[in-house]
Amino acid sequence: MTEIELRVNGSLRTVATQPDRSLLAVLREDLRLTGTKYGCGEGECGSCTVLLDGEAVRSCQVSVSEVGSRSVTTVEGLAKDGRLNPVQQAFVELGSFQCGYCTPGMVVRATALLRSNPMPSREEIRRGLEGNLCRCCGYAGILRAIERAVELAQGARRDL
Amino acid sequence: MRDLARPRRPWDRTPPADREYFDVLGPGLVALLPGRRPDESAGGGWRPPTGGAWLHVDPQGNAIAFTGKAEVGQGTRAALTVVVSDGLRVSPDRVDLVMGDTDLCPWDMGTFGSRSMPDAAPALGSVAGGARTALIGLAAERTGRPTSELDAEDGEVRLRDGGGAISYGDLVRDRNRLVTVAALESWVPTPKGRSPPAFPPKPGADIVTGARVYGSDLHPSGLLYGALLHPPAYGARLASVDLTAVERLADVTIVRDGSFVGVVAPTLRAARAAVGEIRATWDRTNQPDEDSIEGYLRAHPMEGDFWDQEEDTAGDVDAAYGRAPVTIAQTYRTAFIAHVPLETRSAVAEWDGPRLTVWVGTQTPFRARDTIAEGLGLTPEQVRVIVPPTGAGFGGKHGGDLGIAAARLARAAHRPVRLAYSREEEFRFAYFRPMSVIDVRAGTDREGRLVAWAFHNINGGSAALLAPYRVTDRRVDNELSLSPLPQGSYRALAATANNFARETAIDELARAAGVDPLAMRRMNLDDDRLRAVLDRAVERADWHRWSRVPGRGHGLAVGLEKDSRVATVAEITVSEDGRVRLDRLVTAFEAGAIVHPENLRSQVEGATTMGIGGALFEAVRFEAGSVKNPHLAQYRVPRFSDLPELVVELVDRPDLPPSGAGETPMIAVAPAIGNAICDATGTRVRRLPLTPDGRIPGPDSR
Ligand code: FES
Ligand code: FES
Repeated sequence: MTEIELRVNGSLRTVATQPDRSLLAVLREDLRLTGTKYGCGEGECGSCTVLLDGEAVRSCQVSVSEVGSRSVTTVEGLAKDGRLNPVQQAFVELGSFQCGYCTPGMVVRATALLRSNPMPSREEIRRGLEGNLCRCCGYAGILRAIERAVELAQGARRDL
Repeated sequence: MRDLARPRRPWDRTPPADREYFDVLGPGLVALLPGRRPDESAGGGWRPPTGGAWLHVDPQGNAIAFTGKAEVGQGTRAALTVVVSDGLRVSPDRVDLVMGDTDLCPWDMGTFGSRSMPDAAPALGSVAGGARTALIGLAAERTGRPTSELDAEDGEVRLRDGGGAISYGDLVRDRNRLVTVAALESWVPTPKGRSPPAFPPKPGADIVTGARVYGSDLHPSGLLYGALLHPPAYGARLASVDLTAVERLADVTIVRDGSFVGVVAPTLRAARAAVGEIRATWDRTNQPDEDSIEGYLRAHPMEGDFWDQEEDTAGDVDAAYGRAPVTIAQTYRTAFIAHVPLETRSAVAEWDGPRLTVWVGTQTPFRARDTIAEGLGLTPEQVRVIVPPTGAGFGGKHGGDLGIAAARLARAAHRPVRLAYSREEEFRFAYFRPMSVIDVRAGTDREGRLVAWAFHNINGGSAALLAPYRVTDRRVDNELSLSPLPQGSYRALAATANNFARETAIDELARAAGVDPLAMRRMNLDDDRLRAVLDRAVERADWHRWSRVPGRGHGLAVGLEKDSRVATVAEITVSEDGRVRLDRLVTAFEAGAIVHPENLRSQVEGATTMGIGGALFEAVRFEAGSVKNPHLAQYRVPRFSDLPELVVELVDRPDLPPSGAGETPMIAVAPAIGNAICDATGTRVRRLPLTPDGRIPGPDSR
């Protein structure tokens, strides 16, 4: 067991863990941040996507000791003061989920995409989200939500 | 949802008069629709049993309704909320729905076969309408006016002459009133002209913020993690097991009971590592490989009669086939495929003295409760199954096996235990959509009119077996086989196979007769609703204005299942090396009255997109009883790049009760794509998936 300090959603958390456990396992089991989902543990589905210093990564593929001083943002950390970010707002507005299990990963990945490319083309959205699976296959609705999020972010000049 | 106290006994196993509705729900009005056993059906003919429904109106004017159906991500909750709000005449944000809790909800067979709307809409419509009538009665008592002068609207009972109103809350205050209501035969939405049903507030803030607690997120205090020892192949039996290495581990509990071996540990990783330390030997049985599977299925029919069998024979199909100027005789095959719910199977079990609660994402909570009770030697009264929010099922989450295992582990560890499959376990130890082999011999006259139709399905199941086409001389039947891999329920399983075979065969006949495939279907269809759906699809797709370009093709297919109708047009591009790109899918769909258009559209889009996977590339590969591709990197499911342009035409029939929408939209996808491949290349593929290795297969393996 090692004590590891993590900066998660703006606060400092200390966990006693084996250092090679995945960030995903520590977030879910130790910190009870269960919004980040397990879909495969093999880097193939994107359900476990979180932001490390703003960059979208698959938390099942990162060991907790590799995180270092980078700040971790999970889906729980996207809304500010109870206000959904434009991507979250667009998913709700358009009802772009069925079981919703893929949604946190989609929302986190799309948030990172729009931060680096605020006006993505449809093709860029598709390519950006290629690594995130939705087994309910709601891709058409997810695409509409992200296009709507672009509008919302532009209209309100809101930061993501 | 409100937190409700646990009743003394499950309500479905308690006579209505003994159910402590008002202790659990507080004062108010309860409307009760009694259940019905199959033998009680009036007018003869078997009707499925139902557990009825109940609904409570509280002094704040809020309603809470109970149904045994489970929400496993298909959006039933939103549509059923509309039904309750429409019948009770309250705004949908005052309606709460309790689903899939075996202590509180009416008994139900299960959430499968697109039965949610056909079963639950009339049941909930009955209690909602019955409660409304009772509320009007209470207002009549209170005002001394006849009920004919009263109307219920928007959460209150109003005097028609404008002389005031009393809210539902006021009417039920300080009362414990139980009324029994009669069953509606079917439910259709309130006709337009009255207030049209409103839609429930947009759900999902909890989804997009990660706050929704799915089964695999549950964390009762003191939770420990379980893991199981699995056989290396289907049919293998545990011969010996050596637990010494595990027994030395601190903090690990081992449970061994016959062939059941499981461990409990403080983290999931520790539990899995402990299982890895177990030394076991297995006796394996001979299992067929992919090459021999078809012969195996043909040679191993299940004996006896099964519910999943159907037959339709008329005239003399052999003679008619012999006379027909245009004939085909072909065999069509569909592969084993996996459900791959994004949330793998999981269960959490917690004991409270002799009583057990199991949270498990099951589509059949009551059956799961009974299996768990039986498996653990308990009475059903001791077991409560709760279906938490679930990351989809697609027919893969039936029963309660994981619940039994979790309960055994929790009993031994004296702590709550969560058992959750890894993705690999999910692939290896779940069950699959059955593989099917379908033999078709059929003939037409020179104009393309069907004159002979022999259709024999092996192991694919009976749904949508019967053709929606008119043909006098026919023989249609199915048989089941002893499968070499575990097989079971799957979203639209049999209808997908039967429709693929039928709609491909119809296309082959059209080609052989030199008739346009659309004209061929129009000429032979025996169902006006299906013809209307077909017309909508081809019109939307501009079928007639298709311009032939080398490498491009279009194809169409229709389907009818469980009283829902679909027609799909697929447009594709095939590259020189045989890769298929799906450019556009146009789907027209009709399932009676549309209750919740947004939800319906998303079901249709999702189902057609999911259908692309089984049509083009999904297949479970296996060898000697074990799965060869148990990872998402090896078993490909549809991704963003597979998404074509989707056009969805919803056909509304407000005069007809809503039928199921979760399955039928996908059943015409595969044959439409297969027919488009043939249109583009002249190559006929008679096997699903159509492009198993990413390309149209060579002549030997079509
Ligand atoms: S759980 Fe990390 S990619 Fe699937
Ligand atoms: S909504 Fe179910 S996996 Fe995407």
